[in-house]
Amino acid sequence: MTEPLLALDRVTKLYGDQIAVHPLDLQIEAGEFIAIMGPSGCGKTTTLRMIAGLEKPSGGEIRLRGARINDKAPWDRDTPLVWQSLALFPFLSVVKNVEFGLKARGVEAKERHKRSMKWLERMGIAQYHSRPVDALSGGERQRVALARALVTEPEILLLDEPLSALDAYLVVRMQAELKELQRQLGITFCYVTHSQSEAFAMADRVVIMSQGRIQQVGRPREIYRAPANRFVASFIGANNMITGCVRDVGDNKAAIETPFGVFQVNRSPGQTVRAGDAVTLVISADRLSIGQDDVSGPNCLRGTVIGEEFVGAVMTLHIDLGADTVFRLQLQQHALEQLDIAQGQQVVIGWKPEHAVLLPES
Amino acid sequence: MRAAGLVTWILRAYVCLALLFVFAPIITSFIYSFDASRYAAFPWGGFSTQWYGEALADPAVASSFRNTVIVALLSASLATAIGFAAAYTDYRYKFFGKNAYLALALLPPTIPAIILGLAMLVFLSRVSLSGGLHSIIISHVVYAIPFAMALVRLRLSQMPADLEAVAWNLGAGQWLTLRSVILPFTLPAILAALFLTMAVSFDEYAIAWFVSGFSETLPVHILILLQREVSPKVNVIGSVAFIISMTLIVVAQIILFARAPAKTRGRSFKTGS
Repeated sequence: MTEPLLALDRVTKLYGDQIAVHPLDLQIEAGEFIAIMGPSGCGKTTTLRMIAGLEKPSGGEIRLRGARINDKAPWDRDTPLVWQSLALFPFLSVVKNVEFGLKARGVEAKERHKRSMKWLERMGIAQYHSRPVDALSGGERQRVALARALVTEPEILLLDEPLSALDAYLVVRMQAELKELQRQLGITFCYVTHSQSEAFAMADRVVIMSQGRIQQVGRPREIYRAPANRFVASFIGANNMITGCVRDVGDNKAAIETPFGVFQVNRSPGQTVRAGDAVTLVISADRLSIGQDDVSGPNCLRGTVIGEEFVGAVMTLHIDLGADTVFRLQLQQHALEQLDIAQGQQVVIGWKPEHAVLLPES
Repeated sequence: MRAAGLVTWILRAYVCLALLFVFAPIITSFIYSFDASRYAAFPWGGFSTQWYGEALADPAVASSFRNTVIVALLSASLATAIGFAAAYTDYRYKFFGKNAYLALALLPPTIPAIILGLAMLVFLSRVSLSGGLHSIIISHVVYAIPFAMALVRLRLSQMPADLEAVAWNLGAGQWLTLRSVILPFTLPAILAALFLTMAVSFDEYAIAWFVSGFSETLPVHILILLQREVSPKVNVIGSVAFIISMTLIVVAQIILFARAPAKTRGRSFKTGS
């Protein structure tokens, strides 16, 4: 068995008697783009800082290419970090900022300058090399921070919410650039974020954390289509959930009894449920269909449209089903226009059995 | 509206009176340093630079001035170096008894100078270091460290929290980080501390009087002059001393506050990215 580039083995972090990270296992392969995502305080940044050596794990082992690095000082590791605050050196010019890592490694001045300029050119900001960093715009400073971290040509780059200070339109552009950069360099990116759109847009694999534990690890599509538990289902995307209990179990199907009626659902392979088990049904907002008085299929519900959100081409409708339950339904703007549905109107919504995910209640 | 205007005027007048109260004696001394008559009296005896000539020609004034400059330069450099180390210790480390450490480190200026001077005299003579320029330098270092430390602490508190960790993360060890990140960032405060501690030492007479022995500094010499005779030379020395120490303090202020608004300034020549 080959060792992954970076392995976290039962790594924990305590602050006093507060547990920031519960025993955590994670393997990061060479050349992959991995995103660690979760709400603030979930332990994602602490995990990243432990990889960089800026926090010492309270237990467990961190291995880089099989060698334990727990006790290595941060300056003896090659794990550069792109900071949320960018944290450029305000008293140094753009190129001197980039040169810093090379200077720390004793590279002589001429070589330092040459290699730094190469990275500034790659980032498209070579013309600003002699400026003070606070004379640059947010996007330009972002590139300086990237160049500064990459100039030593590390095997792994750590990124801590690097896009959170940028304007929305720049975020989308930088996402594409980061993904492209990672592909070209072929090095590992370990990207911490609270934003689902950033994680899903860029990462090969996404790690979802909450309260110091990993909730799910998988490809963005897997996580989106098959959330592993209620936390993941509610944290990512727009998922609708109803709780109920299993009434009948068929070959690869099950019937679930809920306060809103009995619904058919496909069981995922290997999933064992028994009649009487408490379960949650998860239906993604974009898997719901809507009609004025009818939709085809075995699963349908009546409700009232109580609100709508307009996000570009996609509309989100809020549908009140009674009993304090509101479903969200997403569809294309042009599809909604054809349906002629207004606020306050009675509608029928439905979904196919294969589009609902069955989660055992834990 | 009118009441508020009245309050504003009263406050302004109050500030003017307070400033007048502080500066009137100094201004008087400055004016009489150019007075031709021997005794400071009204009316003025006419303009003259005679006393400046006499003061400059007086070998006792010259030597005490030289002593003052030596003491100020050396004690300012030492106090700034130690003050920087003390402030960085406070910034960088958490340890048991840190509050006590801070209280002790910042204490000396709150002790009346007479008491500090007496204590320094007793202590320095015990260890056979009293009665010379070096005794004044040691005492002034003790007295001036807290000023330097306070300025450097202020600057360190403005440093982005991550900056030191950034340098470590980029491969710089603790020593290189101190030299290439902490020192450049605190440089304005270090320069300001140098000028301020120089001014502190330049002005100080009580401690210097106790520990100096025969090595008079300028403020000590003024005191002795006043005790012996009433000479208009005192006005001259006082005026010059005042101008020098004010210059030092003003320079310290300019260095400390000139760079602060750089952030907002930079945005104006932002180019589209």
